[in-house]
Amino acid sequence: MKTTEEIFNLLKEKFGESIIEFKTGVPVEDFIVVNPFEIDKVCTFLRDTDSYQFNNLMNLSGVDDANGKKITGEQGEVKLEGRTFSLFYHLESMSLKQKVTLAVRMPGENPEVSSVSEIWRSADWHEREAFDMFGIKFLNHPDLRRILMPYDWEAGYPLRKDYKNPEFYQGMKVPY
Amino acid sequence: MPVKTEEMILNMGPQHPSTHGVLRLELLLEGEIIKGVKPHIGYLHRCFEKHAEAMTYPQVIPYVDRLDYLSSMYNEFGYVTAVEKLLGIEVPQRVEYIRVIMGELQRIASHLVAIGTYGADLGAFTPFLFAFRDREKILSLFEITCGARLLYNYIWIGGLSHDLHPDFVRLAREFIPYFRPKIKEMNDLLSYNKIFVERTANVGILPPETAINFGVSGPNLRGSGLKWDLRRNDPYSVYDKFDFNIPVGEGRMGTVGDCWDRYFVRILEMEESLKIIEQALDQLPEGDVTSAIPKRVKPPIGQVYARVENPRGELGYFIISDGSVNPFRVKVRAPSFISLSVMDELCRGHMIADVIAILGSIDIVLGEIDR
Repeated sequence: MKTTEEIFNLLKEKFGESIIEFKTGVPVEDFIVVNPFEIDKVCTFLRDTDSYQFNNLMNLSGVDDANGKKITGEQGEVKLEGRTFSLFYHLESMSLKQKVTLAVRMPGENPEVSSVSEIWRSADWHEREAFDMFGIKFLNHPDLRRILMPYDWEAGYPLRKDYKNPEFYQGMKVPY
Repeated sequence: MPVKTEEMILNMGPQHPSTHGVLRLELLLEGEIIKGVKPHIGYLHRCFEKHAEAMTYPQVIPYVDRLDYLSSMYNEFGYVTAVEKLLGIEVPQRVEYIRVIMGELQRIASHLVAIGTYGADLGAFTPFLFAFRDREKILSLFEITCGARLLYNYIWIGGLSHDLHPDFVRLAREFIPYFRPKIKEMNDLLSYNKIFVERTANVGILPPETAINFGVSGPNLRGSGLKWDLRRNDPYSVYDKFDFNIPVGEGRMGTVGDCWDRYFVRILEMEESLKIIEQALDQLPEGDVTSAIPKRVKPPIGQVYARVENPRGELGYFIISDGSVNPFRVKVRAPSFISLSVMDELCRGHMIADVIAILGSIDIVLGEIDR
């Protein structure tokens, strides 16, 4: 069993700049921050290498980091500058009984990340959910549609912290 | 003149008695053969995760009850496990034992619904009534414990809302010898019934590698012959103190990982749950169940992913705390959500009638899928 720090050091040797930092000190869980466009390569490596065998993606979760500076534009519209979104990947190796948490950070204006649904098919629906709730775009995802919200929902992404309920949905008043 | 064939799309649901809730399956058909299945979900979406961000930690508990409404006790169990890990508190032994007893009773109740409705889906109505008769006994046990039959709000962060009813241990002990013969009765009535076996054996085979790659867990994964149970492989609470087996699918009626295997794993698991309840009742320590409940739940800044073996599989909670009294983010890794995503893989090449058999065998609850 390797600790997250050992995995971080080994990954750092292999992937260099793509492995951004090792976060520790937060209670309970350590995690490794990875470049969003390299996450698929890192994950393929972690799944297929004999000493890791991370064959199970337990959970994939989007997070709105709720950071950034509020800026009021000319027409009074409020914009958040420098906000970020995160994704957390909880991996597990069922044969070696080890776990690791990976994370990626994306800029708020255009959050994009490589899809891992080719590596673990379970990521397919998790990624659709993250797209539905946060508007994170997964590159190379086979079928990126809304999953829980209606397909014709135009009011944005509900789990973003700055989400506002729309007044109308398809001409119907909300709340009706 | 050559026979002309064309593919057809058929919508099964959202209002269909065999979809166990409000689910629409878009079937791509060639004659009666399934070419593909696209599940459309979200009809029960209540934005649980958004709600949770506006609640304090204890206020979330009644909401988690309503995720998987057939195993509310276990949802609470999972949620408090995550929050307690975040807070770093130890709970009294008595609390842990009572949680295990409630959790295992809930597992039996939930499996009874799964088995009963599965029989009803395939045309056997009597087992459904038998299963609900026995489930009623468990619900009565829950009722004397906390006053509610389905949505309990019983397991709290750091403890329980109150101690067991003085009669509970006696009634629970009486339930075990009552229920044991009923499992055999269910086997005679349904499990080895020729029509039932014909409908389920060799249908919807899920190979273990596919199951792992899709993240399928719980009885569905064990039905594929993989001995993987979080109670044993990643023990939480006091599960390491009990002696129980992990039943797996053996392909007794057909191939390993078919619908019958997934069904039969649930039957065998009820027996194992009885064993755990029996041992837990014997070892039940004395103590105060409310002593460790924190007055104010305000975890430090941090994050945690905690998982438990719910009747449907791996139920995980990913909670991020920003140091305030409200959770910053709660993500539920719902086992049914993952199990449903494998439908397409299971159904391809089968007949329309088999969709019902396959959907019933993966035992989904839409309340949890849509959250």
